[in-house]
Amino acid sequence: MQKEKLVEVKDLKINAKNDDGDVIPIVKGVSFDIHKGEVVALIGESGSGKTTISLASLAYTKPGLYFAGGELLVDGEDMLKAEPLRTREIRGSKVAYLAQSAAATFNPAITIGEQVTESAVLHGLLSQNEADKRAVELYHALELPDPERIGFRYPHQVSGGQLQRLMAAMALCGKPDLMVLDEPTTALDVTTQIEVLKAFKKVIHEENSAAIYVTHDLAVVAQIADYIVVLYGGEVMEQGNADEIINNPGHVYTQRLMAAVRPKPQAGLGSSVGVEHEREIPAIRITDMTAGYGGIVNGEPKIPILRDVNVSVKNGHVVGVIGESGCGKSTLARVMAGLLPQARGTVELDAVELDGDLRNRKLEELQKIQFVFQMADTALNPKQVIGDIIGRPLEFYHGLKGKQKHAKVVEILEMVELPADFASRYPMELSGGQKQRVNMARSLAANPEVMLCDEVTSALDSIVGANVIKLLTALRDKTGVSFVFISHDLSTVASFADEIVVLYAGRVVEQGPTDEVLTPPYHPYTRLLISSVPELRLGWLEDTMQKREMSVGIAKDVEITSVGCPFFNRCPIGIEGACEKQNPPVRDLSSGHQITCHRTIEELEAVEFEVQKALASQNADEALV
Amino acid sequence: MTENPELAEESSMPEKDILAEIDAVDELPTAPPKRRVRLSWLGKASAAIVALWLVICLIGPSIAPFHEMDIDGDDGFMGYHTNEYGTFYLGTDYLGRDTLSRVIYGARNTIGISLASTLLAYLIGITLGILAAVKGGWIDMGISRVNDAILSLPTIMLGLIAIAWLGSSIPVLVGTASIIYASSVFRIARALGQDIMVQDFVEAAKARGEGVWWVIRSEVLPNAAMPLATDFGLRLVFVVLFISSLSFLGLGVQPPAADWGSMVRENLQGLPYGSYAAIWPALAIATFTIPINLIVDDISAKSGGSLASKMV
Repeated sequence: MQKEKLVEVKDLKINAKNDDGDVIPIVKGVSFDIHKGEVVALIGESGSGKTTISLASLAYTKPGLYFAGGELLVDGEDMLKAEPLRTREIRGSKVAYLAQSAAATFNPAITIGEQVTESAVLHGLLSQNEADKRAVELYHALELPDPERIGFRYPHQVSGGQLQRLMAAMALCGKPDLMVLDEPTTALDVTTQIEVLKAFKKVIHEENSAAIYVTHDLAVVAQIADYIVVLYGGEVMEQGNADEIINNPGHVYTQRLMAAVRPKPQAGLGSSVGVEHEREIPAIRITDMTAGYGGIVNGEPKIPILRDVNVSVKNGHVVGVIGESGCGKSTLARVMAGLLPQARGTVELDAVELDGDLRNRKLEELQKIQFVFQMADTALNPKQVIGDIIGRPLEFYHGLKGKQKHAKVVEILEMVELPADFASRYPMELSGGQKQRVNMARSLAANPEVMLCDEVTSALDSIVGANVIKLLTALRDKTGVSFVFISHDLSTVASFADEIVVLYAGRVVEQGPTDEVLTPPYHPYTRLLISSVPELRLGWLEDTMQKREMSVGIAKDVEITSVGCPFFNRCPIGIEGACEKQNPPVRDLSSGHQITCHRTIEELEAVEFEVQKALASQNADEALV
Repeated sequence: MTENPELAEESSMPEKDILAEIDAVDELPTAPPKRRVRLSWLGKASAAIVALWLVICLIGPSIAPFHEMDIDGDDGFMGYHTNEYGTFYLGTDYLGRDTLSRVIYGARNTIGISLASTLLAYLIGITLGILAAVKGGWIDMGISRVNDAILSLPTIMLGLIAIAWLGSSIPVLVGTASIIYASSVFRIARALGQDIMVQDFVEAAKARGEGVWWVIRSEVLPNAAMPLATDFGLRLVFVVLFISSLSFLGLGVQPPAADWGSMVRENLQGLPYGSYAAIWPALAIATFTIPINLIVDDISAKSGGSLASKMV
């Protein structure tokens, strides 16, 4: 069936002009079409021009850029030639834009309903009454809770995933011909991502609107796109129907992108640890620790984040800490570093108890525990050159000065695979991946025993992030440093850590060696996390949504409880009357593998067996069909 | 669904090159050009005028045709005329002194006092502001409340009280102006400091175990310097106007010493008789303060307007 063409991009060229008047081509002649009701994915790494192209369909360029040639027809009208007044009519009515961060898009002082209907009413497409009705319809379609009344709430009163879906309602309210979605799920947890993807897919299908979906994640694209355009450096590498590109990529770059897709987290991915750095005592150990914010009253934090956490990091090992945002991952690292004194419990370094407050810790203790911050952009002082940034811990902890210091800085730069002349550069003059390397080099310069890495790869492109992981592995093998590796991305953790700690609502629900944690029996939450990681396969989303843990566990708020199992409200196998009333017992499995659950190991195994059986019968059905 | 076989291979880059490019870890973003503050022509002209005034401050007495206190004119409130002592280019003031010479001499007092006051205000304001931001807690609370009290009082009234109490002399003027203006510098320095203190690189320094002094000197001050420097120009203008208004009320620089503010006041009575003696010092104030404002505008426009958001 040949559908009607909605958008025609013909040889689109967009250039940038810098202060010196040099012209830098950003988009170098890109052509593709979008038909009505079709989702076209623009995929590529940062700098590939994907966002620039998508914004061009709104007749917009970022400051400093300009249209240099070609055509971009939406319904036969060339967006590149639109007059300023006309662009106002187009944006929000004909073409709507969904930004990456819904939290930044919504005005916190205005109710959601008003903001969702605003552009439709402003453009005179609908009256306020009609728009309100339409909004409620959309809330239903997007499967938002309490659709009749959610519009009266304020943005902070709904969860991140709900806000992201509400942004889709905002874009769709005026029935645009084309929606532009700019990485709408990239910043979300895997469990939230599924919920949002599912809603987007449904509503795009029901509204029959066309969409441009911008992302760097092929696995997400496989779930939602009909047609894929692969971009690199402002040029089209390859384009074609989704199944073609996914199942039979023609271009090496596409293949490279596919290789960088996170593998399904499973046993056997974790790297094994050499024994040369083994020691009897753990490098760092946390016992019965409770911590939170807002000061401590009667030994309890006012806003508790972590409860009764026991974690131990062996020398030369990598402990991955994983969980959804807000589960207390970063808080755990901050307690270890002494940035946040715990309310109860102890932190030990080499079996010596540490003071909770880093100001009372000895210099030597500070040197042995190093914190690597998440965002290299803000973690490096923009007014210091790289040599000073890396040199400071050398001087501070080890008293190195002058030539000695410089020689060591060069050595450390080499360790993180950066050239020596970087020492005289400012952070601004480095790329994102390079900054992250400097960020780690600074911690490395202290010659630590434990490095606490807080989401160090989360802000990086998949290929750059994979390189950083490679580097970390090499560093561990070379220096015997222990790592506490915090991430919300289970696949990254699985590929790097040899032990995993799964946190949920501030409690450890499961921990143990990577291979053990990632093989059944699972804690129900671990299973939810594993099933939520998107696979590079068409139809994966639909298959996953069939699973029982999804129907129970997705699109629910995390409840932080002081008594009982916090996961109870999302658990498919919860025991009414027990789980929400008593703290679950810690059940020991083989070799340090622990699951904190009311269900016995046998019961959890039985659940796995049922799942396997269901999958097998499903496969048999498919075989019959 | 569409088939676009003719579009499938359209890259101008050979595949090998692309892979090589991706793999190159040392592929660098081109280093941005050194950040020089480039002024517009208006900014350049303003800078020239300000520089001219500063030169006059330095060499004023040697280029002035008369001494500021010499009553050599034929009469008060005269226009351009020449007599046996010399030529009075801008006429005479109410006592018959040369207006041009007094404007030149006055530059020293007005600009000197305001520069000294602003520098002192900055020293006090930045020290306390950064200290409050870094230390927080009771220290911040204490300094901030005292500061709020000073800020809540009208500046001229505060100046009047201080001068009525201590008498008018140049050290008292400088001291009063600097304390009054230190309060607004404090606000900006504290706000800037607080912004910087929550940055990850400061947290990283703290986690390393660095002391307060190092955090201030190496992490906070370098990042606060640019916005504070931009604010300096603006603050200087306020002080010039403050000193001039005090002098206009007769409480600033005392006669017979020349100063632009008091010159306006002294010669105001000449205006009905068509004398320009009050206009010239007023113009001098304008030609010093307006260019400084223009330079500040120029610089803050170049630094992305981030200063505007910091202004309290």
